[in-house]
Amino acid sequence: MNANAPVKINRPLHWFAVATAVATFLLLGAGGLVTSHEAGMSVPDWPNSYGYNMFAFPISKWTGGIFYEHTHRLWASVVGLMTTVLAIWICVKDSRKWMKWLGVIAFLLVIAQGVLGGLRVTMKMDSLGIFHGVIAQTFFVLTCAIALFTSRFWIELAAKQKTFSVPRGLRNHVLFVTILIFLQLILGATMRHQHAGLAISDFPLAHEKIWPDTNPDAITRYNQERMEATNVNPITAFQVVLQMFHRIVALVIFAGVAAAVGLSVKRLGKKDSLTKLSIFWLALIILQIALGIATIWTNKAADVATAHVLVGALSLVTGALWCIIAFARAAKSPAAQNETFGAFGTFAANK
Amino acid sequence: MKVFSNLLLVVILVTMPIARAADIVGTVTYKGTPPAEIPLTQMEDNADCMAMHTNTPTTHHYVVGPNGEFGNVTVYLQGMDGKSTGASAAPAVLDQKGCLYNPTILAVQTGQKIIVKNSDDCIHNVHAIPKVAGNPEYNDPQQPGGADLTYSFPKPEMFLKFQCDVHPWMFAWVSVFDHPYFCVSGTDGKFTIKNVPPGKYTIVAAHRKAGTQTADVEVKDGNATVNFTFEAK
Repeated sequence: MNANAPVKINRPLHWFAVATAVATFLLLGAGGLVTSHEAGMSVPDWPNSYGYNMFAFPISKWTGGIFYEHTHRLWASVVGLMTTVLAIWICVKDSRKWMKWLGVIAFLLVIAQGVLGGLRVTMKMDSLGIFHGVIAQTFFVLTCAIALFTSRFWIELAAKQKTFSVPRGLRNHVLFVTILIFLQLILGATMRHQHAGLAISDFPLAHEKIWPDTNPDAITRYNQERMEATNVNPITAFQVVLQMFHRIVALVIFAGVAAAVGLSVKRLGKKDSLTKLSIFWLALIILQIALGIATIWTNKAADVATAHVLVGALSLVTGALWCIIAFARAAKSPAAQNETFGAFGTFAANK
Repeated sequence: MKVFSNLLLVVILVTMPIARAADIVGTVTYKGTPPAEIPLTQMEDNADCMAMHTNTPTTHHYVVGPNGEFGNVTVYLQGMDGKSTGASAAPAVLDQKGCLYNPTILAVQTGQKIIVKNSDDCIHNVHAIPKVAGNPEYNDPQQPGGADLTYSFPKPEMFLKFQCDVHPWMFAWVSVFDHPYFCVSGTDGKFTIKNVPPGKYTIVAAHRKAGTQTADVEVKDGNATVNFTFEAK
């Protein structure tokens, strides 16, 4: 296969990549439900389930939290299988060397993610759950990126001699906001994997103040006053501060995405695809903030909290894809010769 | 002469004050109206568990009788570490019945066995989550009719959580003491700490939600009495 030959559109491969990304999104939802229902440890063994081979575990025993944890494991197996097929398919059929590497990375990441999920159970370490959640989001971005790179849109973009560039300031701004969203997701995963329920149960105030007390007496009082109906851990000062940071970062992200929309309209025009994508991004952020508030007002109802996780993932992917497209367009622009894009410019140039 | 000395010994033994262990008894009272308990609505989605109840059960954070008798309060003597007899003590029992832990508040000694039973017709996982270093975390499956599980903890710890992740509304709190001088108040609010050697002590009454109270008590001849009153906030 000639690596320098123009890339042909492989529609079955593209749609399989899309299917893998969708399956990963659903897996994120299944994982979110596990944590939202505090069911992560409801199947104490791994890779077996209550001593059964995972795939032979009787459906009659999928009760309570077991249902969420076991279906999460089964669906993860499906995603693992799809990723393996996708990686092999890319290695065999895609002429781009960097795409082959992406396929290999996706394969290794999905294996690592599965093992990490298992170790979180067998080692009984909550902190591993944080890494498990963050890698899940990263893997979702990767599968969406693979779907983009195999799409007609991307291959036609790569084949163009030149395209309308995206100003460096705007590119960097969106990249910064996307990184901020990723950090916000880490904060969120840390909050969820403390298994302490809501560290602050009111909004817009926080424990009836603009900034809540976090001294030991106040923390004792918060724990005494709340009447837990589930097996959540007592809250700590760290968790209260963490939620406050989560709220503040949410506002910064909202302002950042709103600014991205304004800048896109001004610099790229209303009809540009990246402007439209940034407007969609802003809508996601507004929805995400509403879901965050609803999570508090519903006392962390499992379905609402899981929707908050999913829209967070979509927000991250939207920002990441925006950046990928913008940097690729910049690499194809006449001004690209004066800028350094490194490997990314090479991607877009399809060499 | 020998008879006389024997008689003298008997007289001395009978008349001398003898330092004997006694009990500390008392009552814990809750003054005011406790916060409303929360219905365990998540159980309503589980047919196996709901089949064992006629109505949706509620939490049991506050066990308060009609006259303020305050149950499930852990009462113990402070500063008594290093006197555990847990290895030879009778095991404590924690049962899972109706998809609820019974009791929800328990106290044991370090090294004392805790036997966890499953009296239900459904699977539970027994997940003990200590916070004190040296106490191991456990997470074991327990099938219906399965063998009892046995645990023990080497370090003192207040309110060590046992939970079931299959049924997230199931949780119990076990306090581990490094001595035998503790008890949990009954539903009548009464408590008895048995066989306390004579001396002056600080006695503590601890409740996860109502807080902690302390009192000084001296054990001499006969039982000593201490009462605690918690007031609604």
